[in-house]
Amino acid sequence: MPQWLFAFLAALAIIGALGTILQRNLVHCVLGFALVLIDLGVLYMGLGAVTVGFLQIIVYVGAIMVLFLFVIWLLNIQADTGVRGGASLSLKLVGALAAAALAAELFVVFSHAPKLREVRTIAPAFGSVATLAHVLFSRYLIAFETTSLLLLAAIVGAVALARRLAGQSAEVAAMPSQPGSAARESRREVA
Amino acid sequence: MRRRAHTQRLLASDSGVTIELVIGAIKAVVIVLLVLGLTTLMLWFERKGSALIQDRIGANRADIFGLGKRLGMPNFGVINTVLADPIKMFTKEDFVPDGADRFLHGLAPFLALFPVIITFAVVPMGDILKIGKYEIDLQPANLNVAALYVLATIGIGVYGIALGGWASNNRWALLGGIRASAQMISYEIAMGLAIIAVVVTYGTLDLQQMCRAQGGVWFGFLPRWGILLQPVSFLLLLISGMAESKRVPFDLPEGESELVAGYFTEYSGGKQAVFMMTDFAEVLLVAVLITVFFFGGWQVPWLYRDGFHFPGGAAWLLPNIAVAILQFVAFWIKVIILSCLQILIRWTLPRLRYDQLMRLGWKGLVPLGLLNLVATAFVVVAAGGK
Repeated sequence: MPQWLFAFLAALAIIGALGTILQRNLVHCVLGFALVLIDLGVLYMGLGAVTVGFLQIIVYVGAIMVLFLFVIWLLNIQADTGVRGGASLSLKLVGALAAAALAAELFVVFSHAPKLREVRTIAPAFGSVATLAHVLFSRYLIAFETTSLLLLAAIVGAVALARRLAGQSAEVAAMPSQPGSAARESRREVA
Repeated sequence: MRRRAHTQRLLASDSGVTIELVIGAIKAVVIVLLVLGLTTLMLWFERKGSALIQDRIGANRADIFGLGKRLGMPNFGVINTVLADPIKMFTKEDFVPDGADRFLHGLAPFLALFPVIITFAVVPMGDILKIGKYEIDLQPANLNVAALYVLATIGIGVYGIALGGWASNNRWALLGGIRASAQMISYEIAMGLAIIAVVVTYGTLDLQQMCRAQGGVWFGFLPRWGILLQPVSFLLLLISGMAESKRVPFDLPEGESELVAGYFTEYSGGKQAVFMMTDFAEVLLVAVLITVFFFGGWQVPWLYRDGFHFPGGAAWLLPNIAVAILQFVAFWIKVIILSCLQILIRWTLPRLRYDQLMRLGWKGLVPLGLLNLVATAFVVVAAGGK
């Protein structure tokens, strides 16, 4: 990958990440996050991990982020009204701790990473489907199968929960909020 | 002296790179123009075909300065569909409803169309074309994980529809958008399973390699097309592909009898035209994928690299350029036939109910796809494949 391309993609990822945390409207935040994930996928491809890059886009952008949108719409989460100072002290404390832990982790990872002049070129088969499959089904077989069992358990659990909820409540769900919902509500009040 | 030789070598390699680039650009332009042109053609098929099916006349009015009439030509409505309607749509007022998210409302149609168009980049339209010393692979982008690329772009296609519904600030539109995203995510699973079974069968993710593997014959006469190996996958891909293109019988996101026009209720003029184009481009895409996976792609029965070898021993040798043209034409004829099949289905069946749609997807196609995949894997391993 040429350096200018890497710089462009890295800048785009940072813009997307800032968009994710700084915007008020949750749908815009999700789109910012989707941009980051697509961008990461392209970065993986540029670094030689083509398969992982495409899988990243299929799984995260094609499925998980759409579910995020669903949750936001169906749980009827309103856009941030712009009132600041809402977060409590404990929330800020936990956030600061998590950020510090992440920074420490990054520091350790970078300090253990090989020096740039020691980096060797990767093998031609690196990142291909065959190589990836071989590693997954030999060296990491147990981890791989355990993960799939875990996911299966999560699916069964989700279905069981949804069943019970569906049996209990016959309440009509509220319509999700849309860009002009607040205005619509206020108009209704005036009328 | 040495420097001059070096410069010459540089220049030579440079011009080689330039020609590669030019060839790549030509391939890209050709595929985009073909897709847009065929999309319009599909629109015309839909118009006149539906009229034929419903015993109507269909579009037959528009003419250029009465030229066709003066020359005594029958009017088949081509000018209506290809010229008059696009001009009308793109010159209409572009209306954005009050309180809509203006940015996303404008972005959504293009977010829907773009992933569909770029998917065609990996479509193999023919084998190798030799011009002079250059061997041109008639696949715009030769990607060795093309099947994954197809799944990725189809996955991104959900956003345009869902966001179009949400950003319109209209409840019918929002319901349509939610329906569309639920439907497309559900049927993507069946589609993925169908494609994975094909990938397991051929042992490659490369669409060009799949087409090559479908060359040759069985029993001396039967073309080795994928549909004979994977008939279940073919049905799965056809059904889930039609659901992805959101057309009858799977047009619940539009559902004009309940939701006005579903996710594009608040769209007018050019943006609505882009949504409509997306649908037809998806019809074309499904036809292209089915052709590549199950009908030999660009393979013409009994045509090999050096010409025809008919069963029985007769042969008709052809130059490379003729073979390439035949393959190219055969590919697009197969695509057009499969697109027409989808249009025929669209005008034959009524719309499903939403619970029927979900039942068909999750309880019908997904288990069938899983069974098919497991059976395929067993057969491939038993046959000693990779």
